[in-house]
Amino acid sequence: MSVCETEGLVKHRPLGSSTRTADTLTLLSYPGFRDELKMNVNQHTPLAAPYGQPQPGYVQPGYAPLDGGYPTSYMPYHGPAPAYQHGAPQQGPARGPPSSAPPPVATGQPYNQYNQSQGDMQNGPPPMTQEPPRPAASQPYNSGAATLPGHQPSYPQHYGHPSTMQQVTNQMTGMQINSGPPTAAGPGYAPPYSSQPPVSSAYSAAPPPSYTQAPPPAVSSGSVQMAPPSVPPASQQQYYGGPPPQAFNPSLPPTTSQQQFTSAPPTSCQQPLPPSSYSSPMPPPSQAPPPLVSQPQQPFPPPQPAYSSAPPPPDSQAAFTSGPPPGAQVSFPPRAPPPSSLAGSFPPPGPPPSSAPSSQYPGSISPHQRPLPSHPSPYHSGPPPPRAQMPPTSMAQSNHLPPGPQGQQQPPLQPGMSAGYPAQQNGAFGQVRGPQPGYAGPYPGQPNYGAPAPAAPAQKRLDPDAIPSPQSSDMPAVQKSRHRIDPDAIPSPIQVIEDDKAKVNEPFTTGVRGQAPPLVTTSFQVKDQGNASPRFVRCTAYNMPCTSDMAKQSQVPLAAVIKPLATLPPDEAPPYLVDHGESGPIRCNRCKAYMCPYMQFIEGGRRFQCAFCSCVTEVPPHYFQHLDHTGKRVDCYERPELSLGSYEFLATVDYCKNNKLPQPPAFIFLIDVSYNAVKSGLVSIVCQELKILLDNLPRENPEADSVVRVGFVTYNKVLHFYNVKASLAQPQMLVVSDVADMFVPLLDGFLVNVAESRLVIESLLDQIPEMFADTRETETVFGPVIQAGLEALKAADCAGKLFVFHTSLPIAEAPGKLKNREDKKLVGTDKEKSLFQPQVSFYNTLAKECVAQGCCVDLFLFPNQYVDIATLGVVPVSTGGSVYKYTYFQAQSDQERFLNDLRRDVQKPVGFDAVMRVRTSTGIRATDFYGSFFMSNTTDVELAGLDCDKAVTVEFKHDDKLSEETGALMQCAVLYTTCSGQRRLRVHNMAVNCCSQLADLYRNCETDTIINFLSKYALRGILNNHTKAVRDTLINQCAQILACYRKNCASPSSAGQLILPECMKLLPVYLNCVLKSDVLLPGADISLDDRAYLRQLISCMDVSDTHVFFYPRLLPLMKLEGDSLPVAVRASEERLSKGGVYLMETGLHLFLWVGASVQQELLLNIFGTPSFSQIDSAMTNLPVLDNPFSKRLRELIDSFRAQRSRYMKLMVVKQEDRAELVFKHFLVEDKSSSGGASYVDFLCHMHKEIRQLLS
Amino acid sequence: MSTYQEFIQQNEDRDGVRFSWNLWPSSRLEATRLVVPVSCLFTPLKERPDLPPVQYEPVLCSRANCKAVLNPLCQVDFRAKIWACNFCFQRNPFPPSYAGISEANQPAELMPQFSTIEYIVQRGTPAPLIFLYVVDTCLEEEDLQALKESLQMSLSLLPPNALVGLITFGRMVQVHELSCEGIAKSYVFRGTKDLSAKQIQEMLGLSKPMASGQQGRPVAPQDASAFCRFLQPVHRVDMNLTDLLGELQRDPWPVPQGKRPLRSTGVALSVAVGLLEGTFPNTGARVMLFIGGPPTQGPGMVVGDELKTPIRSWHDIQKDNARHLKKATKYYEALANRSAVNGHSIDIYACALDQTGLLEMKCLSNLTGGHIVMGDSFNTSLFKQTFQRVFSKDYNGDFRMAFGGVLEVKTSRELKVCGAIGPCVSLNAKGSSVSENVSERTFNINHNAPVPQGGRGAVQFVTQYQHSNTQRRIRVTTIARNWADAQSQIQHIESSFDQEAAAVLMARLGVFRAESEEGPDVLRWLDRQLIRLFMFHMRRSPFLQVFNNSPDESSYYRHHFVRQDLTQSLIMIQPILYSYSFYGPPEPVLLDSSSILPDRILLMDTFFQLVIFHGETIAQWRKAGYQEMAEYENFKQLLQAPLDDAQEILQTRFPMPRYVDTEHGGSQARFLLSKVNPSQTHNNLYAWGQETGAPILTDDVSLQVFMDHLKKLAVSSSA
Repeated sequence: MSVCETEGLVKHRPLGSSTRTADTLTLLSYPGFRDELKMNVNQHTPLAAPYGQPQPGYVQPGYAPLDGGYPTSYMPYHGPAPAYQHGAPQQGPARGPPSSAPPPVATGQPYNQYNQSQGDMQNGPPPMTQEPPRPAASQPYNSGAATLPGHQPSYPQHYGHPSTMQQVTNQMTGMQINSGPPTAAGPGYAPPYSSQPPVSSAYSAAPPPSYTQAPPPAVSSGSVQMAPPSVPPASQQQYYGGPPPQAFNPSLPPTTSQQQFTSAPPTSCQQPLPPSSYSSPMPPPSQAPPPLVSQPQQPFPPPQPAYSSAPPPPDSQAAFTSGPPPGAQVSFPPRAPPPSSLAGSFPPPGPPPSSAPSSQYPGSISPHQRPLPSHPSPYHSGPPPPRAQMPPTSMAQSNHLPPGPQGQQQPPLQPGMSAGYPAQQNGAFGQVRGPQPGYAGPYPGQPNYGAPAPAAPAQKRLDPDAIPSPQSSDMPAVQKSRHRIDPDAIPSPIQVIEDDKAKVNEPFTTGVRGQAPPLVTTSFQVKDQGNASPRFVRCTAYNMPCTSDMAKQSQVPLAAVIKPLATLPPDEAPPYLVDHGESGPIRCNRCKAYMCPYMQFIEGGRRFQCAFCSCVTEVPPHYFQHLDHTGKRVDCYERPELSLGSYEFLATVDYCKNNKLPQPPAFIFLIDVSYNAVKSGLVSIVCQELKILLDNLPRENPEADSVVRVGFVTYNKVLHFYNVKASLAQPQMLVVSDVADMFVPLLDGFLVNVAESRLVIESLLDQIPEMFADTRETETVFGPVIQAGLEALKAADCAGKLFVFHTSLPIAEAPGKLKNREDKKLVGTDKEKSLFQPQVSFYNTLAKECVAQGCCVDLFLFPNQYVDIATLGVVPVSTGGSVYKYTYFQAQSDQERFLNDLRRDVQKPVGFDAVMRVRTSTGIRATDFYGSFFMSNTTDVELAGLDCDKAVTVEFKHDDKLSEETGALMQCAVLYTTCSGQRRLRVHNMAVNCCSQLADLYRNCETDTIINFLSKYALRGILNNHTKAVRDTLINQCAQILACYRKNCASPSSAGQLILPECMKLLPVYLNCVLKSDVLLPGADISLDDRAYLRQLISCMDVSDTHVFFYPRLLPLMKLEGDSLPVAVRASEERLSKGGVYLMETGLHLFLWVGASVQQELLLNIFGTPSFSQIDSAMTNLPVLDNPFSKRLRELIDSFRAQRSRYMKLMVVKQEDRAELVFKHFLVEDKSSSGGASYVDFLCHMHKEIRQLLS
Repeated sequence: MSTYQEFIQQNEDRDGVRFSWNLWPSSRLEATRLVVPVSCLFTPLKERPDLPPVQYEPVLCSRANCKAVLNPLCQVDFRAKIWACNFCFQRNPFPPSYAGISEANQPAELMPQFSTIEYIVQRGTPAPLIFLYVVDTCLEEEDLQALKESLQMSLSLLPPNALVGLITFGRMVQVHELSCEGIAKSYVFRGTKDLSAKQIQEMLGLSKPMASGQQGRPVAPQDASAFCRFLQPVHRVDMNLTDLLGELQRDPWPVPQGKRPLRSTGVALSVAVGLLEGTFPNTGARVMLFIGGPPTQGPGMVVGDELKTPIRSWHDIQKDNARHLKKATKYYEALANRSAVNGHSIDIYACALDQTGLLEMKCLSNLTGGHIVMGDSFNTSLFKQTFQRVFSKDYNGDFRMAFGGVLEVKTSRELKVCGAIGPCVSLNAKGSSVSENVSERTFNINHNAPVPQGGRGAVQFVTQYQHSNTQRRIRVTTIARNWADAQSQIQHIESSFDQEAAAVLMARLGVFRAESEEGPDVLRWLDRQLIRLFMFHMRRSPFLQVFNNSPDESSYYRHHFVRQDLTQSLIMIQPILYSYSFYGPPEPVLLDSSSILPDRILLMDTFFQLVIFHGETIAQWRKAGYQEMAEYENFKQLLQAPLDDAQEILQTRFPMPRYVDTEHGGSQARFLLSKVNPSQTHNNLYAWGQETGAPILTDDVSLQVFMDHLKKLAVSSSA
């Protein structure tokens, strides 16, 4: 049996300390993984059968989505998944152990739930190798498991369901419900407990404790998890049986349960208790109804059903059931019984899970399962004890922290549900919740794993190794059958982010070569000490491989994401402006690199040697300065170009077009006034807003008026120019109908200074909406519109920006006329790629002309149908402009978003007529560029416009060997014209280390940046390749990266282990998000325009944009205290509590998700209404209420919006509302409706790929 | 009819017709021998205050290819109610409405004094007059201002229901929409692109038929509204348009050093013609083009925008160096033809010190019956008053202009029309020459063709036109002359010769040939023809001589020469010179250098110029200010006399002549010196004695020499 253990974070710093520097192997000790892996293996091997069966059930739900090809494997995966979950739980326990010992009790409770699975796992593992695994598996099930092992992770339902659907329902609804019914629960629990107790006791006997511990650990430590998983199952079962309530309860009740547990602790007591306490109230009622409800509700229903159906019905299941079921059932029944509904429901679910285990792990399983159930509670409670030994600290801590409060809340909340939710989730979800609270926990758990494992391996990955071994021994039989991977057991983005935040407490100084900056999600201050701030430049790797062979071998992309004009926070100084006089900036004679801190002055300062090409250049007399004893120039610190990473030179006339100093730029507003535009209110909105906006044109000196001139054009089938010369009493309209051969009808009076022509302009803007109020023209042109702007700029001999407000496909007879080519049938075929390519070449030519003139085009689209963004976007994208899209624009609901976008777009700092050149030191070379720009040769990136939000991703390739001594240097120079018409050069320097050891490479890279690169790479790829091929390439590359690591850097360990480098442990989850994005994997409701739009949007995103875009930020809002943000939760439906309110930020949207049973107080605070049903889901802004919560929330939303370059419209999503589908689309860890794999599934798949590569 | 003189005068007064011969030779051969062709000067719309139009339609001959109008020359059978066409001899019944006809009760058209009669036709809805201003904005600020004022003033002269439109051009061409409130809206066309009429109409949104057809909506309302956007009744847009004109900017495009401003005259005209063509075909319309320089870009360009390339001169043309000439001419001819077909006339008001391309553009006016006015600046009274005079009214308060005229000439079988010279274009109708639109005079040459007979030949002119009060009218003039046998009745024929008419006719023929043939050939041709005194001046006139005249000036002079009536034409050929002195009333004197005396004031009228020349002594007196002294009141009167006379001329003449007040030795005196017969030159100065006149510094031959040569020639040629 190959246990595939994923190494959790190998290096577990205490809890949160993620040591990036060291190779931390994240041990994703996913029991599940192991199982899965095993499963796979098994499948191949005899084991397959049993797994298969259970898997099938799982598979169906989970796998189906993944890929056709994977089914089998997935199947196993699913099976494993549960295992993973278990694993996760285990981690919990693992953690538990360390911390657990002390905190155990208190924590234990929360952990219990987690622990149950996890703890069990761990516990289990140690004691019962085989059993534990199953329990673990079962555990996951418990939580979800009780209902559906597999589901557990994904479904909060578990909780609720536990009772009814032991698997499904217990997990989700059951829990909740359970919590809801508190009263009944109380009693219910008791009974369940009683019933469970027996089970639990049984479980507890061996696994329970372990489970309890395990579950949490499972999350964190894969290895442990593995074991736990197996155990967990049992525990889960218990949970479910009684647990469902219990499980939930556990979360909720943790404390109580723990207490109970503790009191009764050992095994059974804990388990039962927690459940009882938590579940008891909840379970009965919840179980009964929830199950049913939950199932349908749950997105996962399929899996659940599968579980329920599959597991139970199937023979294997039957077997399981037979074995475990009985036990489980028994256990459940007991618990269930209490709650009438539960009982009913439980039986079915119960059986399946139990059966599965039973068959495989008849004896052990059942007990495990039972124990698990108990474990769940035990997790928290239970785990502590066992963990106390092992993971205690971390687990406990992590768990405690989150759970603690939750737990506290829970008890009371339980009845209330809402409050309880979080806790419940934690608890109930055991796994699920565990994860959330456990995130911290899980990771910690991982460390824990390490801890437990450590003993054995003692390597960096001590944990992993340690874990694997036990797991392998433990897991094999048991886990496989029932377990799914516990999501808490796999690397959590949230955890990583939080760890990173915790680590940063002082400004980041850029002086140290090769030092990776904090993550984009972390707020930190930067001190420029010789390298460009990460706000300007971020690299994928800060240790570049010395040779191309290494680079090739590792497959880690070498790239930098450069955002040349990024805006800096107020506390950081903008780049200094350096004037080298009439002769211009000092440059290397040969490679023309600009003076920078890397230049070596020699011969007493009379010459300098270029750091890029080694050429020696004379220092011009006016620049001469003596050197000090260290060979540095005496004035080194007085000159920005000698001491800083980023600075600007004043360019001389030699750097200007036609050797003529540039004119101030102009802004031209081109407004569609066809029927659609007028009717939607667009025209009047734009005109109204422009009156205000014109006062806020970009300027360098805030005191002075902007020198930017403005012009106005409206158009439908013909163009209308406006003469707004100051001397006129009324504006004049000039109609140009000759669209076939565009020209500018006037010069003087078209581009005017706002201050001078204010009255005329205002008069014009007042009249435009009136003039076209009765228009019946529906056809529009587009090409001539841009031509018009371009011609106007040409005539005025200046650079500038066009703001085009456009509504429809340009079908009027004119150059650039398009036809509707949207054909859904082509999606997924070889011809699909052609739909991303421009329909006609006209726009490419036009774009080229625009770039030559420095004419940047920003396109605001308001389509009601297909407008062929792939074609219309060509010019904006090639000129460094932006495309904004407001589908089905309606004044009322979209006005705010549009106006905010427009304001920002008009006001933001922008440079024109820019040319960017990236120079590198010998050995590497910038080979490819991604972003919004035009390239006429292979080295110069030409941007007609470059604003503060645009990033360019540059890929580097070796063309020689690098030396570790000198490292690798890059210098990005951007020549541009400021908004006041000054020609400048902005220079960013960046030095990174070089390494000859692959391990160094993996130790010092940045996943977010890699994802940025990979996504852009992929999105370019779909222009020429089949989308599926692109996806496969991505998966392949990712697998190779990880396999290379595994092969070369990870300590020897079982092949079944999934070992991820610390720096890249999130690579799979993020990559999965990329693969699932609408562009690469469109859902049925995603139009071609949407995809083209996103494709273009992503192409110029910087790292923080791509990060939040691919992995949305999901904040629980139950508590908003102080200035700190609540800790985010993972983007998965399991993490959502029915009683909670969540805020999700995707970079493009904001969602406020309101649980169906949210607390009234919360509703009052947020919406000012006491009833869930009275919430107006059409609102786009929260009502202004005078209470701290509302204020804080609105502040929060405002601050989010302020951070993004595009205004995010707030959408209120009520649970179970239709709109929830949209929202769920962004729960990226879940399986997506368009067929994207869930995180867990994908991780398994990735593991498989890696294993294939390794073998 | 007592004498031929009286007969001729009476005929002209009544019918506006003067024939070179009032007895026609009866055969073609004989006609040819007469040298001066049988032809006539005809003024179709001669003002006849005493001729009230009749309110019914003319009675036409029923023969399909005849359609002559019932006239006093027809034989009428009152009993049978039948009349015989005097051209084709078809017998036609009178229409029912003539049932009451009898010898005692004759309709007007049968009365001899109504040889010219005007009918008012009630057919169709009367279309309003249309005035489309096409304004060059590449002018000096001062000029533009003056032009704007003139245009604004003209609005008040238009009848309230007349439609006005405005097109301005410089580098671009703007068609201003007049209907919109608030924002002034205009359609802009690139000045370099030749657009077809269809394209123009589409771009102006005038291609209604298609659009409305598609939408299945009635055409009419849409059409009306669409037209109205650019052509609006004056009363409705008066204020609007005044403001619009007031805000007209100079062409905003910068003109680099060493360049001419870019003027898209060609496209502007094309748009104007296209606009009218698409909206009001076959309706009276007047395109008034105001230009301050030559077209410099696009189709119809006359000269490039490089100042270093001067505009073509006669010299260039003779050397075939005018690269744009042919192309531009062809372009404008095409436009003119289109415009003529639709009954729209084009005026050109060119005010610039340099040439403006009239040579190329003259056909626009020539073929459509438009005016050409040439001046130095829009800011001169010459232009201002001339322009004002365009809108002068007749005794009925109607404009002295008519639109969309079609002139048919019907002749007896023995005669055929061989052509017409004048502001007209042939419709290529079989058997008749048709002139287009006109304001005033058309000149026809009728050449007889087949068999002469005893009896009378008849010619009928049928002119259909739109009166300026929007009525459609038909004016019919029927004329008959006797045939005479050249052999037997040569004296009669001789005596019927109309010297003045013949002179003008020959001159016009000369000009016509000059325009279409090489200059020297024409002179030779003319010299070979019968020559009278005036021919000396004709030879020297700008109509034939291009020396010292720019191509534009030549075009301008010729344009006017072929369209003025006989009296004016004679003035053009031989300027009139009056002499004022203390010795008596003003007297006409010889146009000779000998007439230039120190104590005389001369008033010369060349039609285009009105020169007052103060003799040397007079000038000195005037400078000394004697006229201010009471005791020299008579001197003051003497000074005033020519001024008053000049004023009188100025007020009636169109276009207003250039008014020059100069004195002996003044630079402007050249106008006079270039016209007088150089009987005294630097060559024969001493032979004539100083006190008798002023010498002219020229190598031109004097009349004396000319006559000597002529006599010699006459004798030898006759031999």
